Amino acid sequence: MNLSPLHIVLVGVLGLLGVGLYGLLVSRNLIKVLVALQILVKAALLGFILAGSASQQIAVSQSLALTVIVADTVVAVIGMALAVQIKRRLGTLDVGMLSSLKE
Amino acid sequence: MWETILIFLMCSFAIQAIRAKRLLASALWLAGVSALLSILFYLLGAYQIAVIELSIGAGLVTVLFVFAISIAGEDAIGARPLIPLPLALGLVLLSILLLAWFVLPAPLEEHVADEASLSTALWEARSLDVLLQITLIFAGVLGLLGLMAEAKAPLEYPAADETSAQRDRELEALQRQSLGIEKEST
Repeated sequence: MNLSPLHIVLVGVLGLLGVGLYGLLVSRNLIKVLVALQILVKAALLGFILAGSASQQIAVSQSLALTVIVADTVVAVIGMALAVQIKRRLGTLDVGMLSSLKE
Repeated sequence: MWETILIFLMCSFAIQAIRAKRLLASALWLAGVSALLSILFYLLGAYQIAVIELSIGAGLVTVLFVFAISIAGEDAIGARPLIPLPLALGLVLLSILLLAWFVLPAPLEEHVADEASLSTALWEARSLDVLLQITLIFAGVLGLLGLMAEAKAPLEYPAADETSAQRDRELEALQRQSLGIEKEST
């Protein structure tokens, strides 16, 4: 099977999506969850640029990717601030222990 | 050729980022993924986004992660995930295989550099996106300020005592004054 370079990149998008999804499922640390989310978003970014490159509209795909980068950075910042506050209030970053109502 | 090497390295870095026991190592592997991704963007012809990804993804976000980890500390968490590992692996493999079945037959040809520049596309065709980005950044900063704000420090005990003593004195003076007024009226 002879894959073109763009098909190899598409395989890479799928691989990154898989790794990110797996990390999101198995991580218990809040900051680790954020890392998994970042990997997922990077896969989506690569997909955007790949689509632009294949359809010869790289400028449009770049402007969309820019929006995704901004949104992703804001999500990461807010997520980290939430993680720090949760660590301060509850003393743990474990996703399974977060609910203070659970007793 | 280069794409294959980069994709392989990127996926292995991503796996390392998920598997790493220490959070700091995880953040650094993630920065490696970002750096490799920016090289790949450059190869695909997205030069501006390559630079932005390198500076924001590998630079800013990594610094933020290291900052957050240094505040929150390395938390030792029991290795047992909430979902059994084989189930998670099976679900991920299933979804990725389904996705591959749908997208891999797509015809993809070698790219041709297009003439329109990023600034034209961004400011003319997708100017609404710029507004959205500004709003997002503004909302992000506001949210961050609200979240990172420390609770106000309580008054130091001597200061609190002094304040309450002063209030007592004022209250006493008021009472005496009102008593004096009553006496005068009688």
